[in-house]
Amino acid sequence: MKVVVCVKQIGALDPETKTLQRNVKLILDESDSYGVEMALQLVDTAGEGSVHLVSMVPNDEVSGLRTALAMGADSATLISDEALAGSDALGTARVLAAAIERAEPDLVLAATESSDGYTGVVPAQVAELMGLPSVTFAKEIAVEGGTATVRRQTEAGADLVECPLPAVVSVTAGVVEPRYPSFRGIMQAKNKPVDQLRIADLGIAAERVGWAGADQEITEIAEAPERAAGEVVVDEGDAHERIVAFLDELKVI
Amino acid sequence: MTLDRIWVFCEAGDDGVATITLEMLAKAREVAGTVEAFCGGDGAACAAELGDHGVAAVYATGDLSGRMKGVSVASAVASAISGGKVAAPDAFLLGTTYDGRDVAARLSVKLDVSVLSNVVDLRLDGDRLVGVEPVFGGTLNVTSRFTNGGPDIWLVRPKSFEPSPVGGSPAEVVDLPVPELGAVGGAVVRDRFTEESEGPKLDEAAIVVSGGRGLGSAEAYSMIEGLAKQLGAAPGASRAIVDAGWVPYSYQVGQTGKVVKPTVYIACGISGATQHLVGMKGSKNIIAINKDSEAPIFAVADLGVVGDVHKVLPKLTEALEGR
Repeated sequence: MKVVVCVKQIGALDPETKTLQRNVKLILDESDSYGVEMALQLVDTAGEGSVHLVSMVPNDEVSGLRTALAMGADSATLISDEALAGSDALGTARVLAAAIERAEPDLVLAATESSDGYTGVVPAQVAELMGLPSVTFAKEIAVEGGTATVRRQTEAGADLVECPLPAVVSVTAGVVEPRYPSFRGIMQAKNKPVDQLRIADLGIAAERVGWAGADQEITEIAEAPERAAGEVVVDEGDAHERIVAFLDELKVI
Repeated sequence: MTLDRIWVFCEAGDDGVATITLEMLAKAREVAGTVEAFCGGDGAACAAELGDHGVAAVYATGDLSGRMKGVSVASAVASAISGGKVAAPDAFLLGTTYDGRDVAARLSVKLDVSVLSNVVDLRLDGDRLVGVEPVFGGTLNVTSRFTNGGPDIWLVRPKSFEPSPVGGSPAEVVDLPVPELGAVGGAVVRDRFTEESEGPKLDEAAIVVSGGRGLGSAEAYSMIEGLAKQLGAAPGASRAIVDAGWVPYSYQVGQTGKVVKPTVYIACGISGATQHLVGMKGSKNIIAINKDSEAPIFAVADLGVVGDVHKVLPKLTEALEGR
């Protein structure tokens, strides 16, 4: 079983340039560590297979990918192209879908949303672009005989969803415990293959990604109104009384 | 100048049309002449309530027999538009919900237009909408707009607007057939489970009591549940303890969880990461209990208690007993 995991290397947003800073050392988005762990567990359970990472970045940063490789992923594709700067969710999905297709996976895993952009739409966009079914917000995944059985988070509780493979599944945070890379894993990760591609290698035109492909623009960035801090008391064994009095004042008890 | 027509994604449960849908309808009526709804399910069941909130027509797929809502509804809408059955609206509004995101994602690919997510406000700027998205834990507001030919697809965060019924007559129900889906429609719901939770729902409760890493262990979360029960409150959680597996994702308050705006929010052992603040900063009153006097949560708290949750919470719960 070949599992592809979409991972994102994240930095920080620069309020001056209105862009995400990607020229600093990037780390693996913690949200993605659950997908990586889930993939490793599924391949373990299946007794065969491999875990391949797909990621994109406007520079050639790989430190976040190395973390996921050190956890146990076998290989990675990094689409590294300055034309990717400013990509919106759809532009991102176009690139990921094209790179994932080359890997011919049985299962594609992703986080439900990244910690920085948090649009929450990329996994289902990738599925639509690839013509695959998708199940988002997975709490549990089991794979047997070409079918994934997924417990999906819902407003009311959970749905048990059956989905033929190949498929895209997004994983909610906290559902598995991501392993820490071992020393051996970290050493091995240095020699694991990371295939670096440009968007032209994927047959994607520059105007479909990055700032050019993002059919949206930021018109304003403003400081949000601050919420003023109130009274602070240090507990001397009686702070609960102050809380009760506060709740009383609010007439909620 | 208003938009001609907006489509709002209608979600509904056993207790009627979802609050997020009603919230978006109120805003949609402000900015567009005609407001219509679309849903993956039985339109007739929602027609009266939607009409009461100003909806002229609801386009409904009918029962989906377990097929996933995202791909079904998006395919139905795209095929109605491409088949010339309905004209594309100026904008689609969908809630930042489990199904809302799926529909928006699939629809964006089918119509080849972008999505803007997590907006908490929408307004007209000339003849186009602009949307406001909070970033960095709500410290900055980013206003964006689409530069394409439309239609806009906006994902709106719950609690951004107030529902406001206008007393209209029931919405006309229009059939929105789901086309043959093929491989993309392969996922099917085999069973549905309802999580039994006592007390009020997290995003509707007047009081929310949330716990964070300062609790120290999963077992200590029982203190949060105890206090919540005593106050008739909903228990919540920071992302840290959801990630740690102490409580389910459905408890999470924050950027990647629920947005709450209760009368009172009590944060226990929560440091106040930006991820968390964006989900609860809109609460009317905030009480924070944390050992670390430097914790960022105190910057937004109306009443901050520098202390150990293990000492304060049992006394607080006890003091509230019999009240």
